[in-house]
Amino acid sequence: MTPIARTAQAPSATSTASTPQATTTAAARMIALGRAELTLLLRSKASMVNAVILPSVVAFAMRGMVNGLDLDGTGLSVATVMLPAALANALFFAVYTNLVGVYVVRREGLVLKRLRTGELRDWEILTGGALPALMLVLVQSVLLGAGMTVFLDAEAPAAWHLVMAGLLIGVAMLVAAAALTAAFTRTAESAQLTFLPFLLVTMSASGVFAPREVLPDSVADVAAWLPFSPVMDLLRGGWTGDLGAMEQLRAALVALAWTAVAVYGVHRRFRWEPRH
Amino acid sequence: MPDATRDRNPTTPYHQLRGPHPYMTDVMRAHDRPHSQLPRLAGSLEYMDAVIETAGLRRRYQGFEAVRGVDLTVAQGELFALLGTNGAGKTSTLELLEGQAVPAAGTVRVLGRDPYRERADVRPRIGVMLQEGGFPTELTVMETVRMWAGCTSGARPAAEALELTGLSGRGSVRVKQLSGGERRRLDLSLALLGRPEVLFLDEPTTGLDAQSRHDTWDLVRELKEQGTTVLLTTHYLEEVEVLADRLAIMHGGMIATSGTVADVVAERPSRISFELPLDRFLGDLPPLAALGVTAHQQSGRTVHLETGDLQQTATALLLWARDEGVELRGLDARSATLEEAFMEIAKGLENTGMENGKGLAGAAPEREGTRR
Repeated sequence: MTPIARTAQAPSATSTASTPQATTTAAARMIALGRAELTLLLRSKASMVNAVILPSVVAFAMRGMVNGLDLDGTGLSVATVMLPAALANALFFAVYTNLVGVYVVRREGLVLKRLRTGELRDWEILTGGALPALMLVLVQSVLLGAGMTVFLDAEAPAAWHLVMAGLLIGVAMLVAAAALTAAFTRTAESAQLTFLPFLLVTMSASGVFAPREVLPDSVADVAAWLPFSPVMDLLRGGWTGDLGAMEQLRAALVALAWTAVAVYGVHRRFRWEPRH
Repeated sequence: MPDATRDRNPTTPYHQLRGPHPYMTDVMRAHDRPHSQLPRLAGSLEYMDAVIETAGLRRRYQGFEAVRGVDLTVAQGELFALLGTNGAGKTSTLELLEGQAVPAAGTVRVLGRDPYRERADVRPRIGVMLQEGGFPTELTVMETVRMWAGCTSGARPAAEALELTGLSGRGSVRVKQLSGGERRRLDLSLALLGRPEVLFLDEPTTGLDAQSRHDTWDLVRELKEQGTTVLLTTHYLEEVEVLADRLAIMHGGMIATSGTVADVVAERPSRISFELPLDRFLGDLPPLAALGVTAHQQSGRTVHLETGDLQQTATALLLWARDEGVELRGLDARSATLEEAFMEIAKGLENTGMENGKGLAGAAPEREGTRR
């Protein structure tokens, strides 16, 4: 080890070089953490396959299934089913399942515990860790949206603001949901399974692939209140343009309410270190 | 502590006394508050600035109280060591001081502030090394330091931080390929990254080889000389003897004893042992109480004595032996050691004097009861 005295012999060189660094800001801290997480994401083959390749494959592979749907009377086309579904896929695989694993693995590796000794606040740790996933879902949404529009010869979204709102609220909900799921996940191995309940319920009943209109009425009424259903309504409304103002408001509020519930759950239940 | 610190006017800010802290950048000095605003302390610390203060500190886990009323005061520039067996409450106490958890009862002040509620003010001024730090294993050492630098106010350049702990050549190595000792040193680098005024080190040298341990001691000593206040826990008593100004030995969530190494050792009796010749008996010695002997035991021909004043007892014994022409074979006289003090506390302060036949090893620390 080098005595400090030696490094301190050139204090002018080191201290003037580092003076511009005042107290850190929340944004700077989260970017530093997010950058490290991005490096880790790019180094993990499994994560890259799950978060990058899987959503695209699923999005294109579901065309056959969607073609088989009886869409008569729903006002939907193959394109207005597949485009929102592609974005929902990107959200679930890049954000939700990806982040459940990230939070659990970092917790079990005592990384979260160590981070909490520094200047980062709790919410900055969870948000900063989610930044690469947010970048990923943004890029995927653009590429999938553009790619499928060309592939299906579809129209551009009729209401862009609903697509944006759906994406933003969907991201917020799924980051909180991932942290909450991680709170109930004990080990890195179980993180391979614990995301399944929410994923399966959402995929089957929130109208991700098959719109809820094809479900029996009584089931559809209940399914409309599931967390991700209003996000799907917003996304699909963005493409069809036939979501009324009240319905837009209702969808946004229900989705935000679920997000708030998840955030509260994280606040109460999130664990920052492994159980002993 | 250097005498200058002890004798100076209590209102003189640190930097006027010894010049600027060598690590302090302008930025750090700007938000450094005058220490004279800190509360004064009673007793021997009256003229020192308290950097860490706790009163009646308690911490509970479900159904278990890990910290049961800890009072601590650490002065500015002091190195304070917390000792104790596993489960004594060292780490639980440290986590309260670091602001990782809220105490169930009692108060904590670090740099005059509540480390939990006022963490935004406290964190940029402290450095923390956990007993078991975690770093993503797939990042390189340099990437890890850069990430931390981005989260640390007034961070040193990454290369400098690695140089401090001798990891300069390891920057491009993934954390998973580091040895256990190298990970500890990386952890220490990160604790030092923000040029902290207060450093919390939880077993900083556990898992290090002898060379690295000594290097770490040198580093910590230099930091202390430059004004850093250090609170460390350790299982190595030698580390305490080499580094600590003061120490506390914890047991069962409480501080069993505290003070300088000399204070703590002085509470324990010194020991003298020798063999009497066949024609001499214990009763031939001068009255033991007059020699300052507080306890004695004989096994075969060997006599064991305990005394609070080794010099007096040894002198009287040797004068007697000379005057009587007695040869004391196997003569051994030694002061108590920190290890003895630690072992006795670790055993739960059992009161097992010589008279009840358990021998010296289990002797109780206090000169009291039947042993008086």
